[in-house]
Amino acid sequence: MADMRNDHGIEIRGLSKIFGPNAHQLAPLLDQGITKSELNEKHGHVLGLKDINISMSAGCIQVIMGLSGSGKSTLIRHINRLIDPTRGEVLVGSEDVVKMSPRELREFRRHKTAMVFQKFALLPHRNVLENTVYGLEIQGVPRNRQVDAAMHWIERVGLSGFEKSYPNQLSGGMQQRVGLARALSNDAPILLMDEAFSALDPLIRVDMQTILLELQKEIRKTIVFITHDLDEALRLGDRIAILRDGEVIQQGTAQEIVLTPADDYIMSFVEHVNRGKVVQVDTIMTPLHEGQVPQGGVTIMQGTLLEDAAREMLSAGSDRLTVVSADGAPIGSLSLQKLMSAMVRSDKAA
Amino acid sequence: MDWFWSFPHLSDDFLRDLRRAIDDSFRTFTRSYGDMLEAFFDPLRIFLIQSERLMLNTPWPIVLLVIAAIAWFASRSIWIVLGSVVTLFLIGMFDMWEDTMRTVSMIFVCTVIAIAVGIPLGILMAKSDRVRNVINPILDVMQTMPSFVYLIPVVMLLGIGRVPGLIAVVIYAIPPIIRLTNLGIRLVDRDVLEAADAFGSSSWQKLKNVQLPLALPTIMAGINQTIMMALAMVVIASMIGVQGLGQPVLRAINNQYFTLGVFNGLAIVGIAIIFDRVSQAYGKRLQKHLEIVHG
Repeated sequence: MADMRNDHGIEIRGLSKIFGPNAHQLAPLLDQGITKSELNEKHGHVLGLKDINISMSAGCIQVIMGLSGSGKSTLIRHINRLIDPTRGEVLVGSEDVVKMSPRELREFRRHKTAMVFQKFALLPHRNVLENTVYGLEIQGVPRNRQVDAAMHWIERVGLSGFEKSYPNQLSGGMQQRVGLARALSNDAPILLMDEAFSALDPLIRVDMQTILLELQKEIRKTIVFITHDLDEALRLGDRIAILRDGEVIQQGTAQEIVLTPADDYIMSFVEHVNRGKVVQVDTIMTPLHEGQVPQGGVTIMQGTLLEDAAREMLSAGSDRLTVVSADGAPIGSLSLQKLMSAMVRSDKAA
Repeated sequence: MDWFWSFPHLSDDFLRDLRRAIDDSFRTFTRSYGDMLEAFFDPLRIFLIQSERLMLNTPWPIVLLVIAAIAWFASRSIWIVLGSVVTLFLIGMFDMWEDTMRTVSMIFVCTVIAIAVGIPLGILMAKSDRVRNVINPILDVMQTMPSFVYLIPVVMLLGIGRVPGLIAVVIYAIPPIIRLTNLGIRLVDRDVLEAADAFGSSSWQKLKNVQLPLALPTIMAGINQTIMMALAMVVIASMIGVQGLGQPVLRAINNQYFTLGVFNGLAIVGIAIIFDRVSQAYGKRLQKHLEIVHG
């Protein structure tokens, strides 16, 4: 099972995209380090992406974060080649999406990927059920199997009873659930989500994030999630890549990005983040030396978030905690003081 | 200074020879290929005759019932059905039933052919900018060229009768359906098309599942316009032997029969309104899913 999933990791290598009629002639300029504004002023071409290298593990949620114009939507469209790159490779398993023939590409899109869109992109003349079966219909799956799969996912996203409604009759949140059900019915190992929740109200957005995380525990797909919202990125992403002006400026886990921002730009983003909800106890604990005896206090599983650990310490009235690994062996300790200072930003000192 | 006051046109002899040369070669063409073309269009003639025979040989109460039923299923409006029946009833009372049936049959065949030719052309135009750039000026010519001008070669080739009339009507009436099919497909939301692509639709699947259904309201408007324009051509077509409501009008013009002209003119208006209301109501019903809006 694990091996099968590994086939569907995504490896992006040296991917660049220049928009404009002479993109290919201008591509060598990228090696000379031309910037986005230079390319625009001197050659009238727009730099979409510049030398992107990201390795996305199978079964994980990879978030691509950036503000508008950073190239994040361009990047996700290279994975199923809705946009052709100027150069570079997009490897899914052992196949290079860039080199596929139109027929291979169509098969790849039908069976390997499914996509959820910012503006939902539902078919207005089809009801919820007919929208949900779309991917399977395209694949030529027998009708009864289409409907079975669609009904299953309509129920899982909480839309039972709305099968016969038209998109126009539904709220934004409900329409995006249809978008999600449509993508999941496709049963593709890769799920591409292009700012899927950005058009929704904050409360509904959090709601949808919860649904996605719940589903992911069970479906374990390779999810590429585009967002401009750092909180969303930190909540969903197993790994996060931050994009600016078409370049990746930092990638890593949520903790790595919050604790060691690569530059001032990212620093300004993470400043306002609630670290207690991102950083885990094992990141800041003092590791136990061999043979050392734990000093008691509350016992906390590794991987626990600081906020949850603090809550347990407070309710137990203890000012120390011992971090234990999954098999129960103590691996480190942490004082309440250290925990608090990690939660309320100690980076100015560092 | 002579050239300044009168335009220095080509010499009269040259122009006369040019006209004669073109006329002669066209005449030769007609002589050698006229029969072949006639044979080519023969299925159309049979279609026209069959359709007319059907309309004329069916007893009037049944025709009335069928039209009322079509109006009902297309519009689901009792007022449109009632209006259609009353209009047809009045037409019958004023002894214009047969001519009306001939005209309706002619319009029906013209519309079917305009749809069968126009929609595929519109789709091609939407798919390729090059095709559009070729077809657009041709449509401009078709819409602005006085219909008498293209009646001449059509009559030379095919003589006088139903088929040349049909061709003249179709040439005049087909541009809106081509243009609006093209427009409707080009106006389809790009986000939805991208979604269709992302799920791996082939271009036929995209056309069938996304582009045509979403363009349908616009295409219906094109069909409606085509029907209206075909009706407007009825009188001119009667000049080359198309039977129906046009011929009494033509007779009325020639002999200054004021009342005859008005009656038949009103009958044309009457069936135009029936066609228009029924097809528009149908187009509107197709968009029902757009009407019920959330919140």
